[in-house]
Amino acid sequence: MSGRHRDKVRADAGAALSDLFDGARIMIGGFGLCGNAEALIAGVVASGAKDLTLISNNAGNLGKGLATWLQAGIVGKVICTYIGNNEDLHRLMATGDIDVEVVPQGTFVERMRAAGAGIPAFYTPTGVGTVVAEGKEVREIDGRDYVMERALAADFALIRARRGDRFGNLRFWRTARNFSPVMATAANLTIAEVDELVELGDIDPDDVHLPGIFVHRIVEVRDHEDPFEYKTVRPRPGESKDGRQEGGDAV
Amino acid sequence: MPFSRHQIAERAAREIRPGSIVNLGIGLPTLVADYLPNDHDVWFHSENGLLGMGPFPYDGDEDPQLINAGKQTVTAVPGGSFFDSALSFTMIRGGHVDLAILGAMQVSESGDIANWAVPGGRTMGIGGAMDLSCGCRRVLVLMSHRTKTDEAKLLRRCSYPLTARGVVNRVITELGVFDVTDAGFELIECAPGVTPEQVRQATDADIRLPA
Repeated sequence: MSGRHRDKVRADAGAALSDLFDGARIMIGGFGLCGNAEALIAGVVASGAKDLTLISNNAGNLGKGLATWLQAGIVGKVICTYIGNNEDLHRLMATGDIDVEVVPQGTFVERMRAAGAGIPAFYTPTGVGTVVAEGKEVREIDGRDYVMERALAADFALIRARRGDRFGNLRFWRTARNFSPVMATAANLTIAEVDELVELGDIDPDDVHLPGIFVHRIVEVRDHEDPFEYKTVRPRPGESKDGRQEGGDAV
Repeated sequence: MPFSRHQIAERAAREIRPGSIVNLGIGLPTLVADYLPNDHDVWFHSENGLLGMGPFPYDGDEDPQLINAGKQTVTAVPGGSFFDSALSFTMIRGGHVDLAILGAMQVSESGDIANWAVPGGRTMGIGGAMDLSCGCRRVLVLMSHRTKTDEAKLLRRCSYPLTARGVVNRVITELGVFDVTDAGFELIECAPGVTPEQVRQATDADIRLPA
């Protein structure tokens, strides 16, 4: 018998998702389309799994990312923080074909953090006196009101990282990190889609963002679309577009 | 002449102390960064996991995985850092962010803010609005004084779903600058050429003048 931390690497997204089942609760990392596990997201549609609970900040946008799950009709419930102009989600909400729970973003991530840390519930000031607190316990602690929020766990977490090794140590890239490390702690089975699979030790222990204990499957996917939601730029001063140089003053 | 949008942003920039951590909400608040002096020593926080947010990237340097909370491509300044959402909201809810500059649909005289939903309107979601409103040490609201359909936005009580209760410290509109005090709105500054009487007529709450 092997422990759960041997042989985590899978050949492709389909193999990594082999345990998926109808009715699964799935957390998906990403802030909108930024930091999406694109191959795993596509793999879930291809698997034919349905009646899913989608737990993610945005549930896709611009018809891309998790919006493809909505288009495929495989989602029964969405737990998210922001809908914005996600037309696929608005369309399903208008017809009553989907159940949507909107959670304040800090509460959303803290509920997952709590689940991953073995804490069943917590008190937060966020949402007191608003619809978010309706039906929940509100308690005064040291003179201020707090609402009790329950931990949020899932069957699967699908996350994306820049680099990973075969144990599942991960390193993220820029703001693509967002919810992924926290979701990894809150799911029964976490699958990481890494841009680059590296050898053990190639990521210095001081540079590991998420230790492999929270990752159970790894698949290397080198090509990603990484779409822009809102590409905003400024002209480079005193330089024509043809004379552009690599780099700039950004980190 | 009432303040223009850019003059509201310019006035708001004067609220930012050097050496502070500031979160700018989506819309009008994002203009504020353009009006800080070069040596401002202010660190902009973006709740999707960035402290030390810089300006938009130069054309060609944009990275789809480096964005702000409005999902626009941005940069990080030297000294900036990236982190996960739990740590980001630890900064917000834990009171480590000095100032939130937010847009709003309504603000009440007791400092309640409504900025995430319109009754009967499309549900857009909450995002970070509730955490920012009740977690940041100081909340400054930038908004138009009345709606496009000419309804007051400074009110005795908000009629829209609340974002947070009793959290707003100061409001800047095209007509002036208002503090939320224990005794309600106090008009601390009028826009050029605007009189307190004009402000009162445009507001559905009592407006006091500083003693």
